[in-house]
Amino acid sequence: MKKTKKIKVEDIGKANGKLTHTDPKDFMPLPPPYDNPENLPPWDPLKNSDSVEASLDDTIAVAIPKPKSKQEEEELVKKFLSGLEKLFTKENNWPFLQLLTLTMEHCAKCQTCSDACHIFEASGRNEVYRPSYRSEVLRRIYNKYLKPGGKFFGRWKHGPIDLNWTTVSRLAELSYRCNICRRCAQTCPIGVDNALITHELRKLFSQELGIAARELHEKGSMLQLRVGSSTGMNPLVVKDNMEFIDEDMTEKTGMKIETPWDKVGADVLLIHNAGEIMAWPENPGAFAVILEAAGVSWTLSSDIPAYDGINYGLWYDDFQLARVAIKHAQAAKKLGVKKIVVGECGHSTKSLMVIADRVLTGDLNIPRESAMTFLEDIVFSGKLKLDPSRNDFPVTLHDPCNMVRLMGIVQPQRRILKYICPKFREMTPCGVNNYCCGGGSGFAIMSGYNFQTWRNHISGRRKLQQVLNAFSDDLSPETHKYLCAPCSNCKGQLRDLLFAYDAWEKCGILYGGLVELIVNAMSDVNPGFIEWEWH
Amino acid sequence: MCAFRSPITHMCRCRERRHPEGETRMILTAALHVFSYAAFAVFVIAVAVRYHRIQSMPLHLRWDLYPVAHEGKRAHYGGSYFEELDWWTKPREFSLVGELKGMLPEMLFMKALWEHNRPLWFRSFPFHFGLYLLIGWAGLLLIGAIAEVAGVAVSSEGGVGALIHYLTILAGAFGFILSIIGAVALLHRRLTDEEVDGYTSPAHIFNLSLFILALAVGFLTYILADQTFSLARGYIRSLITFNLTTPIGSGAVAAEFLLFSILVAYVPLTHMSHFFTKYFFYHKIRWDDEPNFKGSRIEKEITQALGYRVSWSAPHLKADGKKNWADICTEEVDKEVREEAKKK
Repeated sequence: MKKTKKIKVEDIGKANGKLTHTDPKDFMPLPPPYDNPENLPPWDPLKNSDSVEASLDDTIAVAIPKPKSKQEEEELVKKFLSGLEKLFTKENNWPFLQLLTLTMEHCAKCQTCSDACHIFEASGRNEVYRPSYRSEVLRRIYNKYLKPGGKFFGRWKHGPIDLNWTTVSRLAELSYRCNICRRCAQTCPIGVDNALITHELRKLFSQELGIAARELHEKGSMLQLRVGSSTGMNPLVVKDNMEFIDEDMTEKTGMKIETPWDKVGADVLLIHNAGEIMAWPENPGAFAVILEAAGVSWTLSSDIPAYDGINYGLWYDDFQLARVAIKHAQAAKKLGVKKIVVGECGHSTKSLMVIADRVLTGDLNIPRESAMTFLEDIVFSGKLKLDPSRNDFPVTLHDPCNMVRLMGIVQPQRRILKYICPKFREMTPCGVNNYCCGGGSGFAIMSGYNFQTWRNHISGRRKLQQVLNAFSDDLSPETHKYLCAPCSNCKGQLRDLLFAYDAWEKCGILYGGLVELIVNAMSDVNPGFIEWEWH
Repeated sequence: MCAFRSPITHMCRCRERRHPEGETRMILTAALHVFSYAAFAVFVIAVAVRYHRIQSMPLHLRWDLYPVAHEGKRAHYGGSYFEELDWWTKPREFSLVGELKGMLPEMLFMKALWEHNRPLWFRSFPFHFGLYLLIGWAGLLLIGAIAEVAGVAVSSEGGVGALIHYLTILAGAFGFILSIIGAVALLHRRLTDEEVDGYTSPAHIFNLSLFILALAVGFLTYILADQTFSLARGYIRSLITFNLTTPIGSGAVAAEFLLFSILVAYVPLTHMSHFFTKYFFYHKIRWDDEPNFKGSRIEKEITQALGYRVSWSAPHLKADGKKNWADICTEEVDKEVREEAKKK
């Protein structure tokens, strides 16, 4: 494989065109049928816009408006430094101060993390995508500009760096070239976490400069807090949509389905990622079928934003994260439920169960559970009549990073699949060592400019390789194969990935959630819940 | 045979006699002792200050990374208590044995590096394990010195003294050899490997060179001047008995301890302080899975943290240094929604 030209850390501040280029010829090879270049999707070139910053590489994720004057540039650089300083104060960054300080001070720069990164590998080891590259830039800036004696000791300890608008704008874009899957952190011999640096960088830009990916902030968490959902659905629309889904489920399964809304005193408040309701209605529909068949006392909430479990703050802004999590908990408190169950969405599950665990206090600290555990209990309780022969097709499982590597929910979904899918097989590696789908940290919903091309070719490449390898015994399109991804964001990425590579037509691979497989195996509902033709 | 030979250490003490050259030597000897004390003090203070600084940072949000070693039967595949239905009603399994099983192979054998970066392990492991042996060697020198002060001869003559004698030689010899091999191999990688090219700073080269110099001097001293480490033990004895002018017996041994003292003081001031901060990385971050329950210590700390005043200046936060986290995370959201509703 041809290696890209070696780029140095300090090059980030040199304004000489693009810092790096991404050439499909350098990318990691894929197994058949994608070893043939004719079967690969085209690389859509970036159409440069004069009004936004695009000097990092051949794509744009954040689209930062170009400053109009030198003075404005300097102001932004100053703000960046001021934000960086705030990251190291307990008042402004108590949630991550200890973690950030340790990671900033102890990296041995051994590069063990590099081989763990799917983006670095898939890009053909492009230096700019090395997990430690952006960390090193930040480390050098911090040591040079904010530490006493930094002009000398910073260079001595870490190496040269220049802080200017080029550095800042490239760093902002670069913080959106990492899925924050933390696979690199898992391999670090010391425990240093480059993904955390990405996270903190995004926070700095959002919380101090008001710079964030539009899909995450303006059309994401802000829209969710104002309207109720990042999909734009207000409470009336979401109820209306669910009514349609109920009707569809009733017709499809032969079982009367009526989703309960705002049922005070229900045992369980189920919170879906509202993207499911819009893009994959069979998923919330299947949940309703399972819960009704199992006789669970459950409800959805129509409070803003409790019918949408997304919490994009997890990826870029601590305050947005807390705002959404608090609203979710308030809705549960109002209904008096015994617990919240988070649907098939990895980041929603992690943000509400793990991260918000140290945000919610008193009566808002309502027990929260993952759908995987909850479903496992139902499946093995005997309350559902299951016929595994209905799932007699090859199935593999994608492990959502947030739920698995970062929460340790590994086995419940596997026990279900091993029980109801006779042709289940694992990917390699799997479980906590899995690879990200390439859509993590918000990428799955980011498609501006040619960013979708970038994630299809680079961030999703390793996952595609894994999926193809898992089904390598029969990749013919005639054999229908199911890629189970119990996470809404992962499904968004897999949808785009499989579509771009024409994987249904070429290999017969369909993706979907876990509940669809469970309902497909239920012998007391009409057969054929999974509709292969809806690939 | 010198008439001033010590009955315990067999060292020649004739240089203790007062003459100009002897006085200079005595001053230098005392200075080295003082330097060693100072180095030790710097080490202790630097570690204590860094430890305190990290330890006293406020509670952070959970940032678990699995596998978590104390998860008991689930640890081997990376599972957590979240796999249990109604996990908050069940007792949490906390396996100390599991933690030891996770920690010891990492601490002693650098398991993560073995698994994820084998070529580097072959360089890094000898260096680190060599240093462990040298720490053991220093400990044995201390034990031997205490034994000598207590009247127990440390020599090949048998008994406990002989055990200390031979163990010291084994730990020292292998420690020097392994750590030198490792340090040279690491420096070689720093200078030649494209993977780390561009990430190697002057400090990296200096650090490894300093280690190589100190270890090489130590090893040569052992080979050429102090094959039983009795001179080294004598220096430790003079340190613990505060006999600052006790002759060291060899310029090489003096140089050896001068360099070791520099290392002892220097290491905790650098990123190499990971020898103890790694504890935080594992126990306080990756493995910190302690849930927050109503009325718990964690809840109290969260409440305190939510009261910190915030000065982030992005428009959607409107933090002005007067509002705290709780204000921004609750009231501001409602205000925005109301404003938005008014506009419409």
